[in-house]
Amino acid sequence: MSEPLLAVDRLSRSFGTLVVLAGLDLSVAAGGIHAIIGPNGAGKTTFFNLVTGALSPDSGRIRFGGSDIGHLPAYRRTALGICRTFQNIRLFGSMTALENVLLGLHCRTRGGLLAPLLDVPFRRSSGEVAARARAVAVLEMVGLAAKAHQSAVELSYGEQRRLEIARALASAPRLLLLDEPSAGMNPQETLELEALITQVNRRGVTILLIEHKMSLVMKVSKIVTVLNFGQKIAEAAPAEIQRDPRVIEAYLGS
Amino acid sequence: MLSDHTVSILIFAGIDVIMALSFYLPASAGQLSAGQGGFMALGAYASAYLTVRHGTPFPLALAAGALVGGLVGLAVGFPALRLRGLYLVLVTFGFGEMVRVLFLNAPAFGGPVGFAGIPPATTIWHVLGVLAILVYFFTRVSGSRMGRAFAALRDDEAAAEAMGVNSTYVKLVAFATGGVIAGLGGGLYAHYTLFIDPEAFGVGRSLFVMLYAVFGGLASFWGAVAGATILSVLPELLRWVKDWREILYGLLVLIMMLVRPQGLLDAALLARLSARDERAAARG
Amino acid sequence: MFVQQLVNGLMLGGAYALVAIGYTLIFGVLNLLHLAHGDIFMVGAYVGLALALAGFPPWATLGGAMLAAAALGVVVERVAFRPVRSRGSHVTPLMTTIAVGLVLQHVVVKIFGAEPVAFPAPFAAAALALGPVTLSTLQLLILGTSVALMALLELFLRSTPTGMAIRATAENPTVAGLMGINVSLAIVITFAIASALAGAAGVLLAWNFTGLSPFFGVKVGLKGLAIMLLGGLGNVTGAMVGGLVIGVVEALSVGYLESSYRDAFAFAVMILILLARPTGLLGARLQSG
Repeated sequence: MSEPLLAVDRLSRSFGTLVVLAGLDLSVAAGGIHAIIGPNGAGKTTFFNLVTGALSPDSGRIRFGGSDIGHLPAYRRTALGICRTFQNIRLFGSMTALENVLLGLHCRTRGGLLAPLLDVPFRRSSGEVAARARAVAVLEMVGLAAKAHQSAVELSYGEQRRLEIARALASAPRLLLLDEPSAGMNPQETLELEALITQVNRRGVTILLIEHKMSLVMKVSKIVTVLNFGQKIAEAAPAEIQRDPRVIEAYLGS
Repeated sequence: MLSDHTVSILIFAGIDVIMALSFYLPASAGQLSAGQGGFMALGAYASAYLTVRHGTPFPLALAAGALVGGLVGLAVGFPALRLRGLYLVLVTFGFGEMVRVLFLNAPAFGGPVGFAGIPPATTIWHVLGVLAILVYFFTRVSGSRMGRAFAALRDDEAAAEAMGVNSTYVKLVAFATGGVIAGLGGGLYAHYTLFIDPEAFGVGRSLFVMLYAVFGGLASFWGAVAGATILSVLPELLRWVKDWREILYGLLVLIMMLVRPQGLLDAALLARLSARDERAAARG
Repeated sequence: MFVQQLVNGLMLGGAYALVAIGYTLIFGVLNLLHLAHGDIFMVGAYVGLALALAGFPPWATLGGAMLAAAALGVVVERVAFRPVRSRGSHVTPLMTTIAVGLVLQHVVVKIFGAEPVAFPAPFAAAALALGPVTLSTLQLLILGTSVALMALLELFLRSTPTGMAIRATAENPTVAGLMGINVSLAIVITFAIASALAGAAGVLLAWNFTGLSPFFGVKVGLKGLAIMLLGGLGNVTGAMVGGLVIGVVEALSVGYLESSYRDAFAFAVMILILLARPTGLLGARLQSG
């Protein structure tokens, strides 16, 4: 097997006296859909925050595409191809759906404050037109093209979740981290989400998925890692995971 | 022809608009500065010093004043990176105070006596010209990559970083550009009043600049333009109440802020005003 | 000389601390800045002036100023804070209070004139020589009053039900509301206390400087803000210590610094401390908005 896309090595992080991640080892192979499950407080979201650079680890290494990224600020990691969605939706409230996606293109476009000044009608140098076209294409992919000019906060809950995925996709990630994307969705929306995740993955984006809805996890993921108390307690294909006694115990308690 | 008095009102209103825009720019990236008076002082003193002591041509001196404002803006931006919300307001407040005290104690700039003998250079056309450039600049920026990065930082800094925005860089750009605009305003001011002293750029100035922008609404730069225009012309309209003027002015501002806490031009009003433009843009 | 300046500094600092405590109490409870607080301090001093001119004794001058300032503070809460508490951003109250400050300054100008006026000495102060230090009985009164007021406040906040309600509200207004605390009432009382302390500081400083102007609230107000930050937002003890520190440092620097530099000193210290320790000297009890 070739080198994994993402590999974390004895990753630890505590908040005060609370140890949230305790020496986690985890690798994500390129090209798949990898789910992370575990009870609340198992350290799943903290793991995402460490990988994306929102938090720094107390110790441990994070390698992405073969290089150490543990010291890089969040925006550099996004440029390298890591992007995420948030468990509690964090869209930019003052912007339209399209503008949110355009913001996702930030690291794939150029141009400072003065660039748009030179943008005369017959010589558009800032690349805004091309960027808009790309953003519209991404919105179409998640089925929100018709709502491009609506304020992001006016969208329905399910639409907001899809917009978050679109915004992350705009940054052309190699690894997409989805933090409970189906939370608050009805069964119909969950089905659509499932199709979207599969479609994105088929385009070559590796997906790391935190999810509580087991039906979704079992259907889309190739491999499932189970976290409990900041450590990996099991890792296997979905069908096996369901039978693993340690997983059942972690979920049901003892 | 306009009377001298009217021209003077227009020039001061124009400079107020420029100052309000200098506050708006960093504010649009979530960086509230209560020290714009300090940047204005730097631009005013730097440009006046050049024209008076070195005979520098006015446009060059103006540019130099803007540059000084920008560089100091950058310098203030660095420590400000660590501060948020009201902490930032208070520290920039302190910065404005320190600039004032610095000039108060700088004999080369006249100290508390002030700096006089500045050649008259600013005309209404200079002010209108600078305003036109700024309005063009702000209309272009608001729908651009950097303009969106500003808005993203204001809405949710952590999410913006996660989406690839280098918040350090963007904040520094915002602070420095605000400093440039305020420095420009200071230069225009100095070459119109022909006399400057540190008290003209104190806390009162900084707070009023902030008030103009917030009164107009922070949802768009048009808010700063409208707010500064209205609030700097209002005292003229209140002349008839004689020495009740400041009291009435204060009450009117208070009532307006209570009726429209989001400012005159809030998001809803702007959406209605620009609905047509948006649809046209979507088609084009 | 040193001890002499130390005492002068403590006296000045005590009055600063009273203003800063008001800021920090209000910030603690509302998480908002009150930019007219310095003007309430100024109005308190003028009410004291009116009472002193009418021949009232010093204790009535002080008490009257405190009462009037408290009443004014409650009115300001009513017109400038409550209507925008749930609407608008955290800058809106900055604006409403700037407007209120403007109105207060010019109402005072209207009544007393814009020029600085002399404040009558409360009594013929006697000088007490204690070795190398000379203290006037007036200085002792000023220092004693501010220390007594701070002690009373601590006592009030720590051991009365209302004081505890205020502290609970400062900790978390939502939870305080759920616990059955009347949050609106706690806020009103906070404003009354904060403003009364500012009014007291106004009279004390006016006694010390023997003069006042409608615009001297701005400068002292700014200093109070700096001290609040120094001590940590929402930290009452921090404001007390911070006020005393700034007062002493200002007084001790008399021989070395121009007076105009002294005014900026509080801010220089504040900025340095904020950069080194963003939560203030003693740590903020509350996060900024």
